[in-house]
Amino acid sequence: MKSLDDRRPDPDHLLRQVLEEERADARRERLKIFLGYASGVGKSVRMLDEARRRRVRGQDVVVGAVQARHGPELDALLSALELVPAKLVAGREVVDVHAILRRNPRVCIIDGLAYDNPPGCRHAHRWQDVEEIVKAGITVITSLNLQYIEEERERVEALTGKRVTETVPKAFLYGADEIVVVDVPPESITARAVETGGSPEEVARRLSALRELALLLTADVVDRQLEAYLEARGIDQHWGAQERILVCVTPRANAARMIAAARRTAESFHAEWFAAYVQQPEMSPRDHQVVEAHLAEARAGGAGVAMLDGEDFVETILEWARAHRITQIFVGHSLRQGWWNRLTGGPVARLIRAAEGMDVRVFPH
Amino acid sequence: MSEGKAGAGGRLKVYLGYAAGVGKTYQMLLDAQEAARTGVDVLIGYFESHGRKDTIAKTAGLEQAPRRRIEYRGGVFEEMDTEAILRRAPALCLVDELAHTNVPGAGREKRWEDVLVLLERGIDVWTTVNVQHLESINDQVFEITGVRVRETLPDWVLKRAAEVVMVDATPQALLNRLRRGVIYAPDKAQRALENFFKESTLVALREVALRETAHEVELRQVTSVAAGDSGSAYETATPPLGDGESGAGEGKDRILIHLTADAVMPLLIRRARRMADYVHAECYAVYVENGSWGGRAAPERRAEVERVLNFARNLHIETRILESADTARALADFARLHRITEIFLARPRFRAWHILPGRNLIRRILREAPDIEIVIVAERHKPGA
Repeated sequence: MKSLDDRRPDPDHLLRQVLEEERADARRERLKIFLGYASGVGKSVRMLDEARRRRVRGQDVVVGAVQARHGPELDALLSALELVPAKLVAGREVVDVHAILRRNPRVCIIDGLAYDNPPGCRHAHRWQDVEEIVKAGITVITSLNLQYIEEERERVEALTGKRVTETVPKAFLYGADEIVVVDVPPESITARAVETGGSPEEVARRLSALRELALLLTADVVDRQLEAYLEARGIDQHWGAQERILVCVTPRANAARMIAAARRTAESFHAEWFAAYVQQPEMSPRDHQVVEAHLAEARAGGAGVAMLDGEDFVETILEWARAHRITQIFVGHSLRQGWWNRLTGGPVARLIRAAEGMDVRVFPH
Repeated sequence: MSEGKAGAGGRLKVYLGYAAGVGKTYQMLLDAQEAARTGVDVLIGYFESHGRKDTIAKTAGLEQAPRRRIEYRGGVFEEMDTEAILRRAPALCLVDELAHTNVPGAGREKRWEDVLVLLERGIDVWTTVNVQHLESINDQVFEITGVRVRETLPDWVLKRAAEVVMVDATPQALLNRLRRGVIYAPDKAQRALENFFKESTLVALREVALRETAHEVELRQVTSVAAGDSGSAYETATPPLGDGESGAGEGKDRILIHLTADAVMPLLIRRARRMADYVHAECYAVYVENGSWGGRAAPERRAEVERVLNFARNLHIETRILESADTARALADFARLHRITEIFLARPRFRAWHILPGRNLIRRILREAPDIEIVIVAERHKPGA
């Protein structure tokens, strides 16, 4: 096995690489999304302010879609920007993709990503319009509300009691080059949100829950970007930006307690967690069943599950843990059995000794 | 819930970022302009422009407090003049860089201590800080950046805030700004690019900041129901230890940290504190005095232990010194008495590790306290180290 250092490029090289790629990126098509947790957080202002600043720097910027309802602050920003007017189809405003492609600006602003188009348009959804424009080499800056993300819809509906029908798939977000969360305290927008009903306290609580969801969703998108970045450069770092928990399942360990603890801890940290088993050659069918049941339980609780092959338990677990940037390993320790052998130490002792940069949580049984 | 200052005191709002140049100060000033328009009496208590034109423009029309000039070792340094601000007594005071360490002679050691004074006197404070200054993630930041951040902010100060707002910008935008010279002058920019401003570092720090803000938002959801007061603390308060335990807090996690004079103590304490904050556990720490280095401890050893105890106390962990010749038994007894659920230990050093099974602390604690989980914390390394 290569040592970690062999795989780690030196900083100067990395820096050059980053800068080169950045220069290339300036020409590449880009999708940038401003994500907010409710209407009124100021996504449109942030977006159009960026458009204004880009224009000042000499970039060719047009506006392809604006929200119908907007105040004086937006008007002021819009007045300095070129508009490619929307088309009216069946009484609804639709992004004029054809006109934008013909105009071919460097940057196009499209507000309200989640809108659906009426029948008869090029695409059923506005996000597909955006996809086409980005593919044509035009940078698109757009905005989206949390409640319109398909996979978040149920959770948001449970909070707000409002049903939305127009949605954007999460995969579209994951595919974006940049995502920015527009975070403001709920008090700055409650005046507007009160319209949606409930006492001020209820509204504040609801907005706060939505806010947390938006921050965590953005963190997930960013985490994927980090993974992709490290992978693309072959950087093998075992640190991560979030907690990751691994439960070592064995037939003997009180896996139920470990799994419950891991699940609870993972929920507290909004962390990913995993359960892994290192296959033993001489395992009885009964033990096999026990392990399977534990892994199924973990899977049902939201864990990623892995069956590992390897001669040595400790090495196999740690190699997997490092590759998955694990920060906490949960392991069982039998007080009766010889797991902790007398002098040299059994697997748990060896695991503790070798688990660099990770915490080991020992569950006695 | 500790409600030490319910009703009294100013309201603290923190603009949290993940790097210089994300726009924390800019956003704070933008909001302050809005507040001033609606008639709030705003004073800029301390403001760091870094020569950024856009940011300076946003101070227009806002009153700035004079700075205090302090001579130290032949240089003249400028610090926030807390006493002048108190005399002026604005409704709202803006204070940049909460984690800043004052120059000796400034009165208080840390700017956050000055901020606490302003709050105590009923002044609302808006302030800025980067996530890497948070004490509890110091080791994680070290792993990500290779930089040991020295100016740290105890997490409980952040928890005093009524609001924590994330100021977000993408790493790409930051790198562009850096290259255009918006954030730093060119020579400094080159240095910045080499540690905190590597893209992978920025992406990772950004994720940390997003998760931290989400956590702060969540804490306030849980407690706002009970507290209902805008100026209240959101700290996971640890009740003082009694002798023998009451029946309160059944089913709650209770974490015990075993303190030693080992160099990895700050890491161990931070990890345990962080765990306690997230799982809403109570957090205690004990040092077992057993005179194993020959009767009375050597003075430097004592000083080291005192430093460790202070470090824990500064993070609002209740500490105890136990006298016992048998560390494992003392820990186990204490844990049983106080219904501890997890004991945090530093990973033993290789040399002390094997040989006599009777001296193996982990193994002995497992034996003495067979229903308590043990967490062994290993040191964190620099990237590439």
